[in-house]
Amino acid sequence: MAPLGRAALLLAFGLVAYALVAGSYAAWKRRRRLALSAQNALLAAFPVTLIAVVVLVVALGRRDMTFVYVWQHTSHRLPLGYALAFWGGQEGSLLLWLLVLTGYGGLAVWLNRRSRELIAWTVPVFGLVGVFFAFMLCFVSSPFHLQPAPLDGRGMDPSLQNPYMLAHPPLLYLGYVGLTVPFAFAMGALLSGRTDERWIVATRRWTLAAWMFLGVGQLVGAHWAYVEIGWGGYYAWDPVENAALMPWLAATAFLHSVMIQEKRGMLKVWNMVLVALAFNLSLFGTFLTRSGVIDSIHSFSRSPIGGWFLAFLGLMVFVSVALIRWRLPLLRTKTKLESLVSREATFLYNNLLLVALSLTILWGVLYPIVSDALRGETRSVSKPYYDFFLHTFGLPLLLLMGLGPLVAWRRASLRSLGKTFVAPFAAAVVTGVALLALGFGSSWPGLLAYTFGAFVAASILLEFVRGRAAAGGVRRLVSRNRRRYGGYVVHAAVVLLAIGIAGSSAYQTTRERVLRPGQSIHAAGYTLTYVTSTGVRGPNYTGFRALVDVRRGGSHIATLNPGMNDYNIEGPHNEASIYHDPRSIGDVFTTAQLVNKQGAVDLKVFVKPLINLIWVAGFVFVAGSLIAMWPDAVEQRRLAARYAAGAVPAGL
Amino acid sequence: MGWGLALAAVVAVVAVVFVARPFVREPSPASDELDELAPEARERLALAEERDRALAALKELEFDHRTGKISDEDYRAQVSPLRRRAAEVLRALERGEEGPHERVPGQGERVP
Repeated sequence: MAPLGRAALLLAFGLVAYALVAGSYAAWKRRRRLALSAQNALLAAFPVTLIAVVVLVVALGRRDMTFVYVWQHTSHRLPLGYALAFWGGQEGSLLLWLLVLTGYGGLAVWLNRRSRELIAWTVPVFGLVGVFFAFMLCFVSSPFHLQPAPLDGRGMDPSLQNPYMLAHPPLLYLGYVGLTVPFAFAMGALLSGRTDERWIVATRRWTLAAWMFLGVGQLVGAHWAYVEIGWGGYYAWDPVENAALMPWLAATAFLHSVMIQEKRGMLKVWNMVLVALAFNLSLFGTFLTRSGVIDSIHSFSRSPIGGWFLAFLGLMVFVSVALIRWRLPLLRTKTKLESLVSREATFLYNNLLLVALSLTILWGVLYPIVSDALRGETRSVSKPYYDFFLHTFGLPLLLLMGLGPLVAWRRASLRSLGKTFVAPFAAAVVTGVALLALGFGSSWPGLLAYTFGAFVAASILLEFVRGRAAAGGVRRLVSRNRRRYGGYVVHAAVVLLAIGIAGSSAYQTTRERVLRPGQSIHAAGYTLTYVTSTGVRGPNYTGFRALVDVRRGGSHIATLNPGMNDYNIEGPHNEASIYHDPRSIGDVFTTAQLVNKQGAVDLKVFVKPLINLIWVAGFVFVAGSLIAMWPDAVEQRRLAARYAAGAVPAGL
Repeated sequence: MGWGLALAAVVAVVAVVFVARPFVREPSPASDELDELAPEARERLALAEERDRALAALKELEFDHRTGKISDEDYRAQVSPLRRRAAEVLRALERGEEGPHERVPGQGERVP
């Protein structure tokens, strides 16, 4: 089995290396058959990588402990579903990168194969990224190392033994790796000199899909952390979490600014910079999570892959900057911003805020690493730093989401702005005043988030109402501009997210007490009574559960079972128990630890209002993204005609 | 171990055949030149993009006006330059279609 896996990886390495070398030579010397051959090599790399994946999955399923990777990440008692998740360790996650990369690359190239001039240079860029990951898997961090079989494996970290673990990493990787597609096409456009909109048209949906997966992956990860880790939160500004947020923010900026290029022919350089930034941040994210650099600079220096990753990241940043600089004359445009009060200007402000937020998060991640490397001091950047910049950049961003749709393209007069702003402005003022009167002034960021949220919601509603009247129905309205109205649905998701985050963090209640059976704790109108505790037994753990009666206004509303699992191999792990209250769209979140043999428990209670809006936002976000991505037959015909007429190749 | 390596060899052969396919299918083609846009085709493409932008801007302006986002006064001030621009681009495209299409010779190819 292992030799087949190793051979498949070596073959994949050979294929992507051929796509890089032969593809570059073919594009340079303009050799058609060689370019097609390089394209075929990229296409073949996917099924070959898939063979390596199948070998690893079979070994994991059979708990073949002769594979070091299987021994490191499974045990005989680990449930099969978790064992089969081959991305649980470093080597497996690199293999997932390569699999998704070759799959995406092959499909994107195949779908755009008619645009040969652009594709000829895009194939080697995919090849270059593929060569790095295949090289790592073949020569630095192989999942196919063998050993004499031990009796049992080391098992899997208890926090990974959760159904979310089956969805979260693949979703994130579909996003991370998906950002390679716009990057490869953008660099292909620069190399070929085809800096027209062809590369944008080719990658529009790919970028949206990658962005959607990255966004959903983060939300799934946040929910996983919330239900599994047991600290009552869902986002801790952990470097691993930030690693996914940074490229998502850069991609969000790109999705907005690329519209200005399509509508006004402006910002060609800026769009190239954003595509390169998003891709390099996704590489940096993988580097962060896989190099050990987060733990300390010393574990990074011992990591077999850290140095390689850093060198490749440096190379890709250099290549991106060099290519953009080289093609600057082709990217310069004559069109200028006509007014600072226009739709494109609001997009520009949104871009600046998104990039500023992304870069401040990057600095927060880098600062401990830099201070460790330069001064030998371990300094951490904590929540107040991130919260400050989230409020500084995030709240104006939220406000801009409401302002943007109300402003016309090119320029808008203050008179017409005044007319369109009346209703959303009134909604925001009424909401803000009402919340102040209800005592929500205890948190200014929370109050502003709610007020701005009301402004955005009202402006979206207004857009739909006025648009429906002009277009003659919502369906016609959405179908005539799916990207715009899909975008508004995504904006609605962000409003829900902002309200959920503000409610569950700025207005949460926390209580903790040691309770004996029969004793109670009160929190935000809920009374939680500890009744008793019982033992539990699972396939690979034993543990206990506290029985907690939850009442509101004297009426029983739920029974919760917080406790702890003691895994046979992996050790103890907290098990939270949560009541979802439909009245507050919030949660009563509990954890419990046994304190003594008499059965006393340390019960911790978090009452988190509106938190479930965050998860609802995920569904709305996907719906909006799908609307924006949905193929538009009229648009496709128009683009086909444009490239058929304009792209008549030489000699035809 | 034996069957694994045998299977790997079969996969490798299939992959090599697939990669070599363009050369096998066309052992001696009339031209092995990669398609390239001629300069005037690039110009026409830029004009087509400009045309689509101008027409989309007009459509957008109409819609913004109908939904009350733009006042009558602003609409009148903006619509004429946009229409003029769209007409200019359309005329330029028509001129390009009427003119001769020049071909960029491939590398090593003799210009007739």
